[in-house]
Formats: sequence, C-alpha cells, structure tokens
Amino acid sequence: MTATPVLVLLDHAADGTLRPPVRELLTLARTVADGAPVHGVWAGTADVAPALPVLAAQGVAAVHRLVADADPHLSSVVADGLGQLLDATGAGLLLLVSSFESKEVAARLAVRTGAGVVTDADGLEVVDGRLVALKTVLAGTWSTRCAITTPVALVTVKANAVPAADAPAPTEPAVVDVPVQVSATSRRVQLVERTERPASGRPDLGSAHVVVVGGRGTEGDFSPVEDLADALGGAVGATRVATDEGWIGHDAQIGQTGVTVAPRLYVGAGVSGAVHHRGGMQASGTIVAVNADADAPIFEIADYGIVGDLFTVLPQAAAEVRRLRAQG
Amino acid sequence: MRIVVCVKFVPDIQSDRQLGPDGRVVRDLGDGTLNELDENAVEAALTLAEEHDGEVVVLTVGPDDAVDAVRKGLQMGAAQAVHVLDDDVAGSDAIGTATVLAAAVRHLHAAEPVDLVVTGMAGLDGLTSLLPTALGELLDLPSLPLAARLTVDPAAGTVTVERQLDHASETLTAPLPAVVSVTDQANAPRYPNFKGIMAAKKKPVTTLTLADLGVDPATVGTAGARTQVLAAAPRPPREDRVLVQDTGDAGTRLAAWLVEQKLV
Repeated sequence: MTATPVLVLLDHAADGTLRPPVRELLTLARTVADGAPVHGVWAGTADVAPALPVLAAQGVAAVHRLVADADPHLSSVVADGLGQLLDATGAGLLLLVSSFESKEVAARLAVRTGAGVVTDADGLEVVDGRLVALKTVLAGTWSTRCAITTPVALVTVKANAVPAADAPAPTEPAVVDVPVQVSATSRRVQLVERTERPASGRPDLGSAHVVVVGGRGTEGDFSPVEDLADALGGAVGATRVATDEGWIGHDAQIGQTGVTVAPRLYVGAGVSGAVHHRGGMQASGTIVAVNADADAPIFEIADYGIVGDLFTVLPQAAAEVRRLRAQG
Repeated sequence: MRIVVCVKFVPDIQSDRQLGPDGRVVRDLGDGTLNELDENAVEAALTLAEEHDGEVVVLTVGPDDAVDAVRKGLQMGAAQAVHVLDDDVAGSDAIGTATVLAAAVRHLHAAEPVDLVVTGMAGLDGLTSLLPTALGELLDLPSLPLAARLTVDPAAGTVTVERQLDHASETLTAPLPAVVSVTDQANAPRYPNFKGIMAAKKKPVTTLTLADLGVDPATVGTAGARTQVLAAAPRPPREDRVLVQDTGDAGTRLAAWLVEQKLV
C-alpha cells in the first residue's frame, strides 16, 4: 500500500460518545496505515467534543465533520460526504463498523467510486502491498482471506475483531468542517421519523465482550439470563423463538437475520442451536451452552456444555462469579 | 403496478455448505433452493400486487439450476419469470450481481414500466446485504432497505418503509419507482398450493444473456470482481471441549472454568 491516509467513519451515539468498536477500528487503521495518517469522519449533528479525548489517544490526525443541508442519518447523504473526502484526501481505505447502516453506505460508495468492498471482516492485513481482509463465512464454519484489488478499499469490520489499544503518542486532532454537496439522488429519500432506542444500561449486544442468550428453554423467564449477564458484565441476547414469543424485544435477536455477535464469551441458555442462530454466533471466541436436552445441536459447537436445568445452573454460576470477583 | 422481485438461488443452509479452492460457494451439491429471505420479498410483492391490481415478475441471475428459484416464485403467484443465464456471470461479487440485475430491470422497464423493485434483506450464502442498496444506486432509484413494514400510496406515487436498525427505528419514504428490501419480520410467506404449482408450469420463464442486456462481460463475473479470495479453509474444530451433566454443582464449576480461562 502507498502511504495514503486511512479514513474511519466514527460511529457514535446521539450524545456524541463513540461506540466501543470505533476504538478497535482506529487501532486496526493504525496497523495497516503503517505510519500514514488516520483520519476520522464525523457524520451527524451530535457534538464531536465528547469523542475527542478517545480520538486523541488513538492518534487521529484530523476529524472531518460532514455538514449537509439534508438529513445526516440518510446513508446516501453520508455516502455523498465520504465520496468527496475519499477524493480530497486521496485515502486508499475507509473502515466502518459492521452495521446495517454502514453496509448501505459502503454499497453506495462502491457503486459511485468503483471501490472494492468487504463486509464483516474480522481482521485486515497488508500483504505484498495489497490489503487482505480476513472473514468468517457460511455461518462461522469457514475462514477466508480476501484481497481487495481496487485502488480504494471499503471494509466494514465486526466488533471484537481486534483488541483496542491506544497509540504510542497521542495527538491533538484538528476538527475540520466539510460542506457536503448533497446529490439529487439523496434528496429523493425522506426520513419521516427516527427514534433512537434507549440505552439499556448493559453493553451493546453487537459489540459486547460477553453475551448471555436465552432461548426456548427459558419459557419466557429471562431473569436467570439477565442475572448471569449482569454478573459477567455482558449483554443479553435471545433466539428467534424468544423474540417471536414476545419474551424480549426483537432487537435482542441473534442470528443471520438479527444481530451477528462474536464476543469473547457466548453463553447460550435453553438455546437449541438451530442453524439460523448458529450463523449469528458461531464465530464467538468461547461458547458455553446450558440445555436440559443432551441432544441439542448447540453442544456440537460448545467449548463447555452443561446438560442441566438453566434455572439452577445460571443463578449458581452468577453467584459464584460474584463471589470469586469479590475475592479478587 | 408492476413489481420486479430479485431472488437468489443458494445452497440450502441446512446442508453442509462448502467453499471451493477459488473461494466460491460450491453450488453443485444438488441441494440448492430459493434463498429463504427472498420468500419474504416475493410475499411482499404479491401482497402489494393484490392490493393495487398489479403484476409480479421474478428475476434471478445464476447458473442453470437457478431457474428453480424463479419457479418457486411462479408457484407462489408471480406472473412471469426472468433468468439471466450466462457463463460470464460466474464469480460475480455483490456489485457485479447488482450490475446484471440493474440491466435486467432496465430491460424489463423498457418493455413495460416497472414501479417497484423488491429484494430480500440478504442472501443466506454471502450475507453481505450490499445488493439492494447497490441496485438502487445503479438504477439511480431511491433505495429503502430493511423494511419490516412496507406500504405503497398509488395516488401519491410513493413507497414508505418502517425499519429497525441497531440503535434506532426509522420511517423512510420516497417517490416510485424505488428499490426496497424486506426483512423476515415483514410477513409470513405463503406456501405454494397445488393450484399454484400446476399454474406455474404454464407460466413463461424468459432466459436472457449478458448480450441481450447490453452488459459488458468485463464489468461482471470474475473479470469485474473487485475482490479476490486468496484462501478458504474450514474452521478447525474446537479443542479441549468439556461436556458435563449437572449433578448439583455445574454452575460453580462453570464459574471456576471461566476464571481459569481468564474470561471473568
């Protein structure tokens, strides 16, 4: 790779705080930038100030704040701004977190700029001057290495792909406003309404290091699942059955059509391990399964399986984790 | 109202799916099927066509047996099917596939105006979710992805979708024609009944090539792909696996194991 800047789209909450995977993206960006500057891109009307200490610690050279006279939540408007920035900075790589919104932005940019795109990467390397993305496919059962053969590369990176680390030397990132030329295409879609989901007090499901999941076996009682999640400082997820039954919100659904997770630790309680669910969690670091049915398919992929009643096993585990933690 | 539904033929996710040495999904295992998430797209299109006196055309790009995917669409109630079949399409990435589909939609639109293009939210093989938005860009139409609810106002000539994102829910609206993708929350796909299956046998499947569509083969397939798979390998099996039957202390033992593994 030539020493062109790397751009990182800075995913953030409405209050201006960066979402946790952004630090991982910036760390990865520095690794592949090999000394070239890493630039952040800020889309939306939120105040950038709360993010600046993290960006400084990550060694970010500059933050480009997209300013548009159109709704900044529309992926087309974000793509308008990023397209301009790719041209203006000569950047060869844009990293985005792997969210549905990012994939919309990447798809638009790929068509507009001719860039190659890899989604859901779990690693990125430079080999013989070429960018190579690592990706787990087919429901977590295969690993691939994929070179991007175009001058500009767009990569969406899964949460927990790399451990975040601060830069050796902090920076004082300059914040630069970028007036976006909003395309006629962008103006045809209208955002009628947008409601931010309230924060749960637990980590975000998509980026949590620990996820505890309840399935059919909970019979609608998620309290042991929540208890263990809280003891482990993790997020709560659910299977399709549990969300369809209305036991928990649809946004908790893990699977190929729900949230895809790859935490360091996944605990499935009363989860059978249907193929749709496995597609959303099989790339997890360590898999623990608790199920009364010894024939549940999830045991085939579990590092630690317990054939037992989740209503006794989970509270006992939560209590023991708290006891061991208190001991230090 | 004329609606085109783009569908994909994929290996059945219940089957033992594999990648070949070229990094492509092995498609000759004989258990391919209509991408399950595209059944929601066909259902959404059929429902809209029933509400607004319309017609549904199912469209696919793929090898010989991909015709099975559009046949399923015909059995569900689509009136017409189009299969883009060309060796030069093989190896297309999401943008390449979108390029071929966009050309096919333009071809259909030239014959008779297309009001709406509907797709599923993702293909259960590649799962990139890039196609619907890329298709909208290529057609220079508004794209409204991930509809959990979808309504069309024929008088106003608009389409409106409600969608759930990771951190927010949104309502988007745009003038027709437009491209919409639907999620598996949008509806419950109908099963083809006997009548539908028999009727489908009489319905036309038009086969088109890249030449018919005026697509330069260099822009699609392996030739036009912007990424190249260098290596593909099954993930190694997990080692040191533990399976215990709870005899009263499994929760305590799990906690100790998590500490030992430095996961707590």
